[in-house]
Amino acid sequence: MNANLLAQSALSGLFSGGLYALLGLGLSLSWRFLRIINLSHFAMIFLAAYLTYQCTAIWKINPYLVPLFLIPLFFVVAALQQLAIIRFGIDEFGSIVATFGVTIVVEALLQLIWSADFLRLETDHLKGSMVLGSLLVPWADAFMFMCAVTTCVGAWGLLRFTYIGKALRANVENPAIASIFGVQSRRLSLLVAGSAGGLAAFGGVFIALLFALTPSQMYSWFGVIFATVIMGGLGSPLGVLVAGLLVGVSESFAMALVAPSWAPIVPFTLMVSLLTLRPGRI
Amino acid sequence: MNSFIMKVVRSVSAITLTLSVAFVIAPSGAVAQQNSDTIKIGGTLSLTGPLAPTAAMHKIAGEVYVKQLNEGDGLHGRKVEWILLDDQSKPELARTLYERLITKDKVDFISSPYSANIALAVMPVAERYGKALITSTFSMPKLSRYARHFTAWSVGPTPEVSIPTLVLDTLAGAGKIPKTMAIVTGKTPAADFIAAGAREVAKQRGVDVNLYLEYEFGTRDFGPIAARVRQADPDLLFVGALGLEGNMLLEALEKLNYAPRNHFYLYPSPGPLAASKLGANALATALFEDLPPMNQSKAASDFISAYRSAAAQANLPYQEADTQPAAMYSTLQTLTAAVRETKSLDDSKIADWLKVNSVETLIGKLRFDGPGNFGADLTKIKQVQNGKWVVVAPKGFATPGATVIAK
Repeated sequence: MNANLLAQSALSGLFSGGLYALLGLGLSLSWRFLRIINLSHFAMIFLAAYLTYQCTAIWKINPYLVPLFLIPLFFVVAALQQLAIIRFGIDEFGSIVATFGVTIVVEALLQLIWSADFLRLETDHLKGSMVLGSLLVPWADAFMFMCAVTTCVGAWGLLRFTYIGKALRANVENPAIASIFGVQSRRLSLLVAGSAGGLAAFGGVFIALLFALTPSQMYSWFGVIFATVIMGGLGSPLGVLVAGLLVGVSESFAMALVAPSWAPIVPFTLMVSLLTLRPGRI
Repeated sequence: MNSFIMKVVRSVSAITLTLSVAFVIAPSGAVAQQNSDTIKIGGTLSLTGPLAPTAAMHKIAGEVYVKQLNEGDGLHGRKVEWILLDDQSKPELARTLYERLITKDKVDFISSPYSANIALAVMPVAERYGKALITSTFSMPKLSRYARHFTAWSVGPTPEVSIPTLVLDTLAGAGKIPKTMAIVTGKTPAADFIAAGAREVAKQRGVDVNLYLEYEFGTRDFGPIAARVRQADPDLLFVGALGLEGNMLLEALEKLNYAPRNHFYLYPSPGPLAASKLGANALATALFEDLPPMNQSKAASDFISAYRSAAAQANLPYQEADTQPAAMYSTLQTLTAAVRETKSLDDSKIADWLKVNSVETLIGKLRFDGPGNFGADLTKIKQVQNGKWVVVAPKGFATPGATVIAK
């Protein structure tokens, strides 16, 4: 086995893992702090990806500017969805059905507006690769990876060191006592849901930059992102990042060392192994 | 106030739910109402799900055909209704829907679903009720075990030999006989056996297959595969690609500053591959293209103009009337030809007639006299040249002035 091939594959896996973490972070936070298994997170990601396509390819807006208005927009949409969830008293398991319904509606909407055909955002931004020794590092993937790492570390810092982070953790541990100390559960839940929506928008921008789009593609991300979130530990941004990288690199090694067809088995094998060894993970 | 809001929300929820259910189960497309004076053709297409990008083309082609048919004298002087359901790209759902179309909707004929997997699932249902099944894209003669199954995807009885042979012959015609070949294929029934056949053909012709990789359908990260292709650096990259997989591999190769010298894709999404700069000189299979000599007949030009206009109306990004829609159109041409010639609505008579006759379609003259009712091999090889597809082989079908570009 060629060492360069292995290193290049590891790099490719790191980039995939970064994307898994970025896409999984919002899901992980809402699962942990809201007790909502938000399947519509994937729909939001793809809605953001299509809007990025629309803004960049059709309206010729610079792709770097797109997150500046997509993130606030999705923050509001996700917060409104959370208001509806609170209003109807949807519980953790009910949220699976409700948000899956939203996902189907969004998929139909995407198909209605942009058709089922493939769309590929052709842009000159972040084209090409830089050469690092014998390795080639694609600019777009490297930029996405940096954003993913920064976002996960930033989220960890917010949860660990700020009042909001402490309030969130306290609210999950014991809402009654937290409220005595002035923690406003409802506001916090809207903040978490909105942040998850913003993260979905951010992830969607990279999906549009890196992949061809078709509405049903959102379902193909379910498995690997759920595996990443569960392995990372709910509500743990650094855990999600590490799990994403582990999954991405393992998939890449499976492709490079064994056969590409083994790659889909990897995240689930890792997840089952971890749940067997550490059953109290969720 | 609260109860009012609750009522509004409940109403909206109910409407959304009803619309969602209706969207899934209601007939769509050409026919909204059923009429006993009409001849009913029923089928499914994958209007949603991963197969939807291509099935959308099949839907438009089918609608165009039924419209043209009804603008003439229909079938036996009766109008034709096409009852089209959404199988959501799920074989098990398609099976149920065909059962419903035959037993509840009492369709006279069944039309083709999209994709070999779904056709395979539907075949036992057709067999149970003795219905003739003329599929649009079924390419696996060995799995065509139902006596009344026919296909417009006319790739001959041994495509696993004939397609790779044609690819190598095409390159040889340009004086470039590859010494090495990398085969990368999706693990889908339609691609897998062709790739395995390509390995055998390569061996027989003395071409060294220096890489053979299989990947799962739905693979997103082609980086490690690209790294292995780059390392193998073959004269010919033979990709058993469906849909967008070819583009994804090319993009991953570009990130490694690598472009294949010669590259072939089995069943790619033609629009994105031609539109991408990376698709330059890519080879692919074709059955019909909007190019001379194939677009010269009146039937072809009528189909092309009607399809393009309908595709534009449906907001499809790729509006070329090429292989996929032509295959769907040809299935209906085949069915109506058999119905007219036998002057019958009897599936057994139609099937018997098809086995011993040929039918002139957009794709060419279809025969069904070989193993698995596969007949003539009408495969062509096309190539992306200057951002557009041109047919480069066989010679009789080559676009005038076009020759294969090989490195």
